[in-house]
Amino acid sequence: MMTILVAALVVCVSAVVLAILLLAAERFLINYGPCRIDINSGRKSLTVEGGQSLLGSLKNEGIFIPSACGGRGTCAYCKVKVLSGGGPVAPTEEPLLTGEEIASNVRISCQVKIRNDIAIEIPSDMFDIRQYKGAVENIRDLTYDTKELRIRLMSPDSIKFEPGQYVQLEAPAYGRNPEPIYRAYSISSPPSDSHYIEMIIRRVPDGICTTWVFDVLRDGDTVMLNGPYGEFKMTDSDRSMVWIAGGSGMAPFWSMIRHMKETGSKRKCTYFFGAVARRDLFLVDELQAISAEMPNFTFIPALSGENVPDDWTGQRGLITDVVARSLENPPDVEAYLCGSAGMIDAAVKMLTANGVSTDRIFYDKFN
Amino acid sequence: MIAQVTQQPVAASLIAILFAAAITDNILLTRFLGMCSFLSVSRQMKSALGLGLAVVFVTTATTAINSVLYRQVLIPLEKAYGVPADTMILILFIVVIAAFVQLMEMFIERVSLGLYFSLGIFLPLITVNCAILGSSLFMVTRQLDLLGSLIFGLGNGLGWWLAIMLMAGIRTRLRNARIPPALDGAGITLIIAGIMALAFMGYSGMIQVQ
Repeated sequence: MMTILVAALVVCVSAVVLAILLLAAERFLINYGPCRIDINSGRKSLTVEGGQSLLGSLKNEGIFIPSACGGRGTCAYCKVKVLSGGGPVAPTEEPLLTGEEIASNVRISCQVKIRNDIAIEIPSDMFDIRQYKGAVENIRDLTYDTKELRIRLMSPDSIKFEPGQYVQLEAPAYGRNPEPIYRAYSISSPPSDSHYIEMIIRRVPDGICTTWVFDVLRDGDTVMLNGPYGEFKMTDSDRSMVWIAGGSGMAPFWSMIRHMKETGSKRKCTYFFGAVARRDLFLVDELQAISAEMPNFTFIPALSGENVPDDWTGQRGLITDVVARSLENPPDVEAYLCGSAGMIDAAVKMLTANGVSTDRIFYDKFN
Repeated sequence: MIAQVTQQPVAASLIAILFAAAITDNILLTRFLGMCSFLSVSRQMKSALGLGLAVVFVTTATTAINSVLYRQVLIPLEKAYGVPADTMILILFIVVIAAFVQLMEMFIERVSLGLYFSLGIFLPLITVNCAILGSSLFMVTRQLDLLGSLIFGLGNGLGWWLAIMLMAGIRTRLRNARIPPALDGAGITLIIAGIMALAFMGYSGMIQVQ
């Protein structure tokens, strides 16, 4: 009996001694004290508790850096320029950075631990990025596999953005998804509708976020999102525009055209929307109605599938071929592309082959 | 056998322990301990080197610490209360190893970030490396004193490091070899490990330390 008690005691005492040692080490070794984050040479200065990741500390202070993987160091979206105090590049960052980026002090902010005062540089519009809490106002079917999600913003209750930008929607832990993840969706509503945000979401087989939107999310549910992000915006020039989209690549253009209509823009614009079959098309009537009201806007839907019905009077063939056929004065257009990586790559190739310079081609590629 | 070793001059017996642990009685290739990380982290020389060095360091330190724990705490307890030291070592040694690795990780992170980044990511991985626990347990069966344990741990660590470096070297060259698809990956690695073990068996009998 005594033996068993002493044995148990020895194990307990050893565990306690080691635990105290570890706690003491954590207290004294890992304690970095308050550290200062200087953003854009004095534009903003934050004091945070050291030891956390740069991404997390900035998020706690209301500055949102784009990140899709939730700080696990896999998506490489949260790149930030660290001017000083970042320490050596961690092995977890190396595969995500190019040699050029390492040379110019770009770091993966979720993998940078704040151990001392640190100075960073971020694009100034990141200061406008906020975390929003909203409620699902409406989810409607656009096609058999695409839905439009309309969210009423609650706090803050309005958002300022430019058409073409995107937000990150948080898919919370549910079913087989153990922890929250973020996915980027372009805003499809116009900026004037500032109390609401609309997104066009196409179902991805086994996609964590799209499955959540399609199968779990119901009207009235609370959702979290942050934004706006992105450089995919219309330029200020008067040059005529060619828009090329496929599938849910519709979203930014659906925002842009409504914004142009509201602001009375006279800019010439041709919108090519590619789909496989008629069942993949959506918002056609709405866009044709806008096109009837705006003389400088033309909407050209095209079907590329083999069994296009005979009563289809629109364009046929791959969207890139349709655009190539109708380009008249290529050097003087700006091209805006949104859709799958394959479509964008093909469209960029076609445009450059037709003489559109790459600095006039803007795109938002879906991964 | 133990008597045989202890009768020799101290320095000579220590060298014998080191050589025996590292080569003739290689913990990986003759005892097959620490195989999981050996197989999974031997794809590149750089990571093999990092993990190998971490194992050398942790094995050396924990074998010595556990030696002190065994001689100064467990043996007196066994004499006083009859707590069987041999059954206590398993649970206590692994706890000590786990705590030590955690402590070291924190310490290295604070002292040298460069070292932390090259070594640190491997430290949590080797908490569960059986070669390290094995080294401590063999130290008990061999009745080694503190200095002996330190050298024995170092030898075991060096032996493991040597084996994983050899394997990483071979696997680097294998990239240009035509391997039957069915054997690619784990299959060919296990075959190589077997051949390496056969080669190391050739050393056995050179030194009589048990």
